[in-house]
Amino acid sequence: MKILVCISHVPDTTAKINFTAGGAALDPNGVQFVINPYDEFGLTKALHLKEKHGGQVTVITFGDATVEATLRKALAIGADDAVRLDGVPTDPMQVAGELAAYAKDQGFDLIICGQESIDYNGGIVPGALAALMNLPFVNACIGLEVDGSNAQLLREIDGGKEQISAALPIVIGGKKGLVEESELRIPNMRGIMTARTKPLAVTPLSGSAALTAASGFTKPAAKAAVQLIDSSNLDELVRRLHEEAKVI
Amino acid sequence: MVLIFAETWNGAFKKSTFEAVQYGAACADAQGSTAVAVVFGPCTPPVESLGAYGASKVIHLHGSDRFEPSAFAQALADLAKELQASQIIVSGTANGKSLAGVLAATSGAAAVSNVTALPSSYSPLTVERSAFSSKGIEQCTSTASCTVLVLIPNALGLKPSSDARAAFEDRNISLAPKSHVGEAHVASGKIPLPEAERVVSAGRGMKAPENWNLVEELAAVLNAGTACSKPVSDIGWRPHSEHVGQTGIQINPQLYIAIGISGAIQHLAGVSGSKTIVVINNDPEAPFFKAADYGIVGDAFDVLPRLTAALKAHLS
Ligand SMILES: Cc1cc2nc3c(=O)[nH]c(=O)nc-3n(C[C@H](O)[C@H](O)[C@H](O)COP(=O)(O)OP(=O)(O)OC[C@H]3O[C@@H](n4cnc5c(N)ncnc54)[C@H](O)[C@@H]3O)c2cc1C
Ligand SMILES: Nc1ncnc2c1ncn2[C@@H]1O[C@H](COP(=O)(O)O)[C@@H](O)[C@H]1O
Repeated sequence: MKILVCISHVPDTTAKINFTAGGAALDPNGVQFVINPYDEFGLTKALHLKEKHGGQVTVITFGDATVEATLRKALAIGADDAVRLDGVPTDPMQVAGELAAYAKDQGFDLIICGQESIDYNGGIVPGALAALMNLPFVNACIGLEVDGSNAQLLREIDGGKEQISAALPIVIGGKKGLVEESELRIPNMRGIMTARTKPLAVTPLSGSAALTAASGFTKPAAKAAVQLIDSSNLDELVRRLHEEAKVI
Repeated sequence: MVLIFAETWNGAFKKSTFEAVQYGAACADAQGSTAVAVVFGPCTPPVESLGAYGASKVIHLHGSDRFEPSAFAQALADLAKELQASQIIVSGTANGKSLAGVLAATSGAAAVSNVTALPSSYSPLTVERSAFSSKGIEQCTSTASCTVLVLIPNALGLKPSSDARAAFEDRNISLAPKSHVGEAHVASGKIPLPEAERVVSAGRGMKAPENWNLVEELAAVLNAGTACSKPVSDIGWRPHSEHVGQTGIQINPQLYIAIGISGAIQHLAGVSGSKTIVVINNDPEAPFFKAADYGIVGDAFDVLPRLTAALKAHLS
């Protein structure tokens, strides 16, 4: 099986988010970047599939040279080779366009994305990539098994899940459930050593257009201090929820 | 014109559908154009009832049943082209999120997700969206002739409906799904979390799964959905579908009650869009109090039954 795992390079979940002066962009100072958590589940699933069915796992990120540390980590976890599409992504349709331009003649059986990246929380790239490649798409994918040229999938829906089957190749937007958290792999010393010698190709962009741009960022207004209510006076809480907050 | 994906659930409209229609109608008004809603498949309420939320016309597509992203996207893209849509409105439900990217690429449109307000400008289209797990607000500008806007459910509030009726048109279509959608399993009688206006959520402070009756009783009085922190679903006390936060479901209810949850940043990332947050925790230093509107320092096992009783008395 030839599997492509699309990885986005995002601020760690605990990172304090600040913007540069004037709110022009994310201020990367002091921010630790990691593999998007949704993509980590996808990468581990890809490695499981490779162990079961044989094949090759390629990881890809569209980003500047700073994303190479994240790609090397994915190689250390077990991916076979990595591709960096050389540029600075600014729009989901541009990202999908570049990923599709790269993947179209490579014969991947499975393209695994995360359901969203935790930076801009777009959730647009995976479906757009599937459509540009004219492939089936399964989002919020929490289960995936491959038999021969078919895939059986589970998709999370509001309040439940549904079963889906599709002929390969397909694109998924994955999340926890593809594998469990306990199955996530931490790179070991040997992995880190071999990652250094695994191929990491830097590929020029194909020129997909960005259709949106961020014109500025602000932080949400800080919350007012909490109003503490004595636990012996719950009627007071009920009264405030009714009269002040107007939520009951 | 503005096209709206009017999602149905078990043959009825979802609340998020009304929000999407209302949003689309407001966009159309601001541009002096019309709002056309699209309904797929069987629908029990008359489709023209969407006029109550501002749709001037509803196109009812027959020949489609279960949601499948490629098939629905193609049908909507065809309509967007025929009617020259400048915006396509989708609510960010599970199906809406599956659809949005496919639809944007199929119709050559731009896409802006996590939209929290009406556009501040239409030329170029500029709209506010939430980013960085609610830690940032982005002004996003689209330069495309058509833009798919994906709304955060519950973020915009629903205005009272009118009794207006929309014009409607039935069309038969044949769709070409790219995947086969099989059996669905939906927990019966539960309010889907992204739609719930009130959510009662509990964490490791509840000590054991058998104590959740206290949480469920409170939720029942409030007609609320139930949620939990990540460790609680990881250890299997509650189903994964209740896990909220950065890596779980993101919610924006009117009221969020957090019980025995410490308030880790990854948890807050999924719930900080809630309008009013009540925290119940026996540790006055719990970080969640910093993100709360109302706080009760106390033991959940003592507070919950009394709070349920107090609410019951108030609501009856
Ligand atoms: C990459 C990553 C992603 C994550 N994503 C998520 C996510 O999406 N969602 C999420 O929730 N977490 C997430 N986490 C985990 C998060 O960091 C916290 O560990 C988790 O939220 C803590 O859960 P908790 O509050 O239930 O448990 P604890 O932190 O153990 O807190 C229990 C709380 O209960 C209180 N308590 C104890 N007894 C009582 C009592 N009798 N009455 C009242 N209060 C009591 C305690 O004071 C304490 O504050 C993530 C972590 C990582 C690293
Ligand atoms: N710059 C990128 N390079 C590679 N894959 C990406 C990139 N951005 C997004 N993706 C993929 O698309 C998924 C959803 O991202 P998004 O649509 O940006 O929320 C991610 O989980 C990745 O799998």
